[in-house]
Amino acid sequence: MTAIDRNMHAETDQPLLAVQGLTKRYGGRIGCADVSFDLFPGEVLGIVGESGSGKSTLLSCLAGHLPPDQGRVIFDTAAGPRDTVTMAEAERRRMARTDWAFVHQNPRDGLRMGVSAGGNVGERLMAIGARHYGDIRAQAIDWLGRVEIAADRIDDRPRAFSGGMQQRLQIARNLVTGPRLVFMDEPTGGLDVSVQARLLDLLRGLVREMGLSAIIVTHDLAVVRLLADRLMVMKGGHVVEQGLTDQVLDDPQHAYTQLLVSSVLQV
Amino acid sequence: MTAQDYNFAYLDEQTKRMIRRAILKGIAVPGYQVPFASREMPMPYGWGTGGVQVTAACLTPDDTLKVIDQGADDTTNAVSIRKFFQRTAGVAVTEATLDATIIQTRHRIPEAALTEGQILVYQVPIPEPLRFLEPRETETRKMHELEEYGLMHVKLYEDIARHGTIATAYAYPVKVEGRYVMDPSPIPKFDNPKLSGSPAIQLFGAGREQRIYAVPPYTHVVSLDFEDHPFVASKAPHDCDLCGAAESYLDEVITDDQGGRMFVCSDTDFCRTRREAGHVGHLGVPVQGGV
Amino acid sequence: MYVAVKGGERAIDNAHAWLAEERRGDPAVADLSLAQIREQLALAVNRVMAEGSLYDPDLAALAIKQSRGDLIEAIFLIRAYRTTLPRLGASRPVETAQMAVIRRISATFKDLPGGQVLGPTFDYTHRLLDFKLAADGEVLPAATAPADMADVPHVTGFLNRDGLIEQQPTGNAVPPDLTREPMELPADRALRLQAITRGDEGFILSMAYSTQRGYGRTHAFVGELRIGTVAVEMDIPELGFAVNIGEVELTECETVNQFKGSKTEPPQFTRGYGLVFGQTERKAIAMSLVDRSLRWAELGEDYTGAPAQDEEFVLMHADNVQATGFLEHIKLPHYVDFQSELELVRRLRAEVFAAQEAAE
Repeated sequence: MTAIDRNMHAETDQPLLAVQGLTKRYGGRIGCADVSFDLFPGEVLGIVGESGSGKSTLLSCLAGHLPPDQGRVIFDTAAGPRDTVTMAEAERRRMARTDWAFVHQNPRDGLRMGVSAGGNVGERLMAIGARHYGDIRAQAIDWLGRVEIAADRIDDRPRAFSGGMQQRLQIARNLVTGPRLVFMDEPTGGLDVSVQARLLDLLRGLVREMGLSAIIVTHDLAVVRLLADRLMVMKGGHVVEQGLTDQVLDDPQHAYTQLLVSSVLQV
Repeated sequence: MTAQDYNFAYLDEQTKRMIRRAILKGIAVPGYQVPFASREMPMPYGWGTGGVQVTAACLTPDDTLKVIDQGADDTTNAVSIRKFFQRTAGVAVTEATLDATIIQTRHRIPEAALTEGQILVYQVPIPEPLRFLEPRETETRKMHELEEYGLMHVKLYEDIARHGTIATAYAYPVKVEGRYVMDPSPIPKFDNPKLSGSPAIQLFGAGREQRIYAVPPYTHVVSLDFEDHPFVASKAPHDCDLCGAAESYLDEVITDDQGGRMFVCSDTDFCRTRREAGHVGHLGVPVQGGV
Repeated sequence: MYVAVKGGERAIDNAHAWLAEERRGDPAVADLSLAQIREQLALAVNRVMAEGSLYDPDLAALAIKQSRGDLIEAIFLIRAYRTTLPRLGASRPVETAQMAVIRRISATFKDLPGGQVLGPTFDYTHRLLDFKLAADGEVLPAATAPADMADVPHVTGFLNRDGLIEQQPTGNAVPPDLTREPMELPADRALRLQAITRGDEGFILSMAYSTQRGYGRTHAFVGELRIGTVAVEMDIPELGFAVNIGEVELTECETVNQFKGSKTEPPQFTRGYGLVFGQTERKAIAMSLVDRSLRWAELGEDYTGAPAQDEEFVLMHADNVQATGFLEHIKLPHYVDFQSELELVRRLRAEVFAAQEAAE
């Protein structure tokens, strides 16, 4: 699929997200340093590295949760490319609830735990103006189905859900409005292996079906193998290697990537 | 210090000017909560200090003031506030809605239609309609700025999902001129339709929270709802037992310990006016002498 | 026939007359003079001045008498009075280094220029009820020494000379005035300090205590605590120089806090600051801890979610006049709201019962 998509962007030639020289320090310590890359529409980028490698800092800077010290994050908005770092917060937040979506590692950070599953899925719809209760509910039921949650759970609160269900609900809540770019922070982290497999399968289906553009941060190479077109490997805040996923995983060039690949079971 | 030692209507002129500026800004941006430097008043925060400051800033010696609490002129806090302005401003007071030029109210809008030139001043405890969904002021101000009102509808959605209906009976949120979501103060939702298109100026003062907001005359005010679950202004399904009114908001009064009760108009002036005009309810008696 | 409850006005008048009688208490017991309150309940007077934001011991004594010893009520009376006073101008900043100290201690240095002065403190008293006071209040005169007129330099100044403590930014910016402008968040430090110095002593104490127990820990030492009087000077434009218009008693506390260094600063100590009207030592120390805790963002520290790090939480809930008014307003009639809830619950119940019947 990557090759076909590539040809398609070649026509537009406009990256959805262009990141240039992004740097974030915590005191004397480096969060991430001088990160640059382009993400094209329909592309899934995986960012891997061990904990402390700077991948989560990078994601937070990209998604506007943390102000970077230097660099630009240029998003192709409806009104043309804009640097989201210097954009007014108002505008960035508007984008965060329309064009962007963010799937947190811990579903508690991404869900309203005191609000029913239907309300969680419906929130973004209502935020962009949906005002028909029946329609909102019908869409919520549809999306619960797409993430394999039974329709009769629609009025239950996420507290009553298992970890895997909560994570699927978070995904439905984020995707219901068809965002143009999805950020995911360890979406399978903290789940049992069998639950992880099911979630990955579901995510892969959604990515294919919706042609999602996404940036996925994970320490789990199996996740990027399944979902990502391209891969960036981070260590100590720096990008040490990047390329097509299969290329990087099957023929790692950097010593650290080699270590990373050899230390996990092949999938 | 005696009451005469204070300035007209208690507040000094500088303070009144500051409040008037906030009021004018509020009128210019309907439904927007204007921060103002609320003063300590000689009554406690939460007891109408916001309304009192707005009233003080609007009063002129020629005004006629009416003060109601729960719709009634004779509830203790209404008496106390009316007395305060009689002492500090010496203005004429009235219980008749139509004779008043300024009406300060807590929790009700008078039944009688207001007219041009009248000012209705609401006492507001919590001006922020989003407060119980999001406790942070810094966050809610941003939500207003960005018109991020999805959360407000999530609350209404949850009500319907759980109860089959929107379970908000008072302080029912409204949208003003299609822009700001506003708390109408804790009036029963029965009163909400009267907010919209009123010929009177409606001013809202929250002293402790330091906010003033306004609904200028003839402003469009819509109670939030869903297309398939429209807003309904409900009241007790009874007539007033004293004056027989079918369309006024009613208080329920427990009359004995056998479960006996009666329903009477919460707007005491409205009820009295009707009885004086000869209307008699189920348990009422004709007024001697009439008007 | 039902008669609507009337007579709110008479009920209020009667209640107030009764209150006046209760305030006076048994007329066989001598009336309390304002001078007695001012002189013998001085710490209560100080608290009322500090939280009332008005330095006037006689008015504070009157407020305490009128409020029957309810200090929050007394603070409220002072605030309501203060608000009516004209604002003639602002004094020059008081110079606490020139304070005539009655107490000055440092927990960080054993000895220091100007010396340690224990002063009139409860510290090291044994908290045993003194039944002699119940009999007669006679006290022997305390020992005296000639006053030392020299300046009393600040302990943090010694650390500052060696660059061991953060620099204090200087400037002539006019600080915002909490009593004349609405509180805007985020607040700067000057505004935070204003809010805390007039905040409720109990609330500030609890916030400070929570930082010591680990909720936003700042590792504070009392660098210096001083109590004494300072001159208040005001520029008189017609004269072209400043004139001494009186003196006020203040308590000042500066804490020295552990610090690891930041993006731009090498490792050094940081400061927390407290300044309160009157002899109000507990409040001043608590204030300096809360001040330091609220500075986490400026110093590049982590936000741990501790209440004392949360500026909005602290500033919006520190004022006891606001808090007590809103708390007690739930005594006011709410029957219109309650009636609408009553209708709603009845309707919802009726719907549930109807649904149950239909199901049967």
